[in-house]
Amino acid sequence: MKYATTMIVGAGIALLAAGLFMPGWLTFLLTLAFAKGLVVMGLLLLMRAGLVSFGQGLYYCLGAYCVGIAGDYFETQNALLLLLLAIVVCVALAAVIGLLLCRYRDIFFAMFSMAFSMILYGVLVKSSAFGSSDGFNVKPPLLFGWTPTGESGPFLAYGLAVVALVGVGIFVWRYLRSPMGYAGEAVRENEIRVEYLGASVRRIIYTKYLLAAAMAGLGGGITALAAGHIDPEMAYWTTSGEFVFIALMGGVGHAAGPVIGAVLFELLRTYAFQISPYTWQMILGIALLVIILYLPKGVWSLVERVTKGKPL
Amino acid sequence: MNALLETRSLARNFGAVTAAADIDVTINAGEIVGVIGSNGAGKTTFINMVTGYLAPSSGEILFKGKSIVGKNPRQVMRAGICRSFQVAQLFPELTVLDNVLIAYGIMKHKILPLMSPLATKANIQQAEQLLEEYGITSYMAETVVTLPQGVRKLLDIALAMLRKPEILLLDEPTSGVAIDDKFELMDTVMRAVRKSGAAVLFVEHDMEVIARYSTRLIAFYDGRVLADGAVSEVMGDEKVKELVTGHHLDIDYEREVEHA
Ligand SMILES: Nc1ncnc2c1ncn2[C@@H]1O[C@H](COP(=O)(O)OP(=O)(O)OP(=O)(O)O)[C@@H](O)[C@H]1O
Ligand SMILES: [Mg+2]
Repeated sequence: MKYATTMIVGAGIALLAAGLFMPGWLTFLLTLAFAKGLVVMGLLLLMRAGLVSFGQGLYYCLGAYCVGIAGDYFETQNALLLLLLAIVVCVALAAVIGLLLCRYRDIFFAMFSMAFSMILYGVLVKSSAFGSSDGFNVKPPLLFGWTPTGESGPFLAYGLAVVALVGVGIFVWRYLRSPMGYAGEAVRENEIRVEYLGASVRRIIYTKYLLAAAMAGLGGGITALAAGHIDPEMAYWTTSGEFVFIALMGGVGHAAGPVIGAVLFELLRTYAFQISPYTWQMILGIALLVIILYLPKGVWSLVERVTKGKPL
Repeated sequence: MNALLETRSLARNFGAVTAAADIDVTINAGEIVGVIGSNGAGKTTFINMVTGYLAPSSGEILFKGKSIVGKNPRQVMRAGICRSFQVAQLFPELTVLDNVLIAYGIMKHKILPLMSPLATKANIQQAEQLLEEYGITSYMAETVVTLPQGVRKLLDIALAMLRKPEILLLDEPTSGVAIDDKFELMDTVMRAVRKSGAAVLFVEHDMEVIARYSTRLIAFYDGRVLADGAVSEVMGDEKVKELVTGHHLDIDYEREVEHA
């Protein structure tokens, strides 16, 4: 346990150090990838309980809009405060929607979660105060009164993303080994047994749903700070689909799966777009197909195979 | 009388099907009650109602004098009534050890912890002890789907016993188990039960098993209690012979074939 924590913190420090020497475009790409990794780590909690949400875009978008709107309204650029607000608002909304969703399973859970994200999309597209379908620009973040300029511009958001990734990574790593983490597998395997052991299946799903919302909100908030622009597309169902795509690609067997998946996804997308701007989606699709066929447990399983026997 | 469990005119329909009609059963502390009845007689329905899985259409269920109708399985189980299942209810893709660890994890915490590890040395040791009590330690690392029926049944019962119930309801504990292994399985279960002092109601088709382990016998037929009393008395009952045991004991295969 201590070993894993040290490893994750070590990886975080290495990433931060590497960030100082990275070209700006790579810093930016990794920031967006890490933000998505955060969202997908939340999705992982649900997927391990047998629930696929096709609506994490709801909280991803909501988190981003919280940061954008609150930044404007309260005239603050304090990154930590804005991100905290994004998390709180997302959890509050999830606390309401979750009451309904925790009654549904399978395709119904997936479709209901998608429906809620599409509602937000619909509302935002019609809200001219927030730029309708064009969205609006978000002011650059401040951390303890410091904002980087010029060359080191993208570094602040990158740093925030890495720190969030380390924090959430440690949490998820430990969570998966906790009674609540195991309870997710249990719910997927046999709900009747869970109830007869004395735990409420709905409460377990509800808890996971709230956690996933918090992580998605954080990811969305970081994306807003990094990109400097947000639009309703973040709540569109294709964005939520992307998260599921990343989860499948990276694998949900380990907390690192979503992060690896997200980085791979962003790299693939960037290169695929450069190679063939009109059919890049096809390249992504083929990549996913290959992964599902040869690595059904995601790219992470490759790492596990190599390090088999070693605790990670 | 120290009645632990008492049902009064308990009934349940599924649409036009009457699965249980007017069931009055009393179980006292320390009793080992066998239940027989042909397929569809309402035995499982009875257990489902008592443990809060199915709501009765009408009637009353009293546990230590207090009504438990309307309580869910979690509440019933916490109150002291636990059950096993006709088809073992386990986590099939997980190992035996993980099954037990999860059970302990849920049992020990009213609110499940998010950060503290489940598979600690102490918890694993405790799980090993439980498996040892039921003689299935050697299967610890195996996935449930690969287990023989008997082991699944034992694990299912072991999980039901975790809460130290005052009443244990066993739904066909030996179904799917080879005849030669039935007694060994029941011996193991009864040893654990005796140690805990729980009263037992067990559904069983095998008359030899009934005769060996029960102190009292109830015969179900068509959602009703046909006979209830000492084992020999119920087995000797003419109606029971005609309607219940006749189907199981002296199966006249030729006649069955003719009828089919
Ligand atoms: N969920 C259900 N929906 C509809 N009918 C049901 C349901 N559960 C049980 N029944 C019906 O109720 C009757 C009693 O079923 P039950 O399972 O209680 O019988 P049983 O005595 O346990 O039989 P077996 O020996 O086959 O396990 C049967 O006719 C059955 O078809
Ligand atoms: Mg039955």
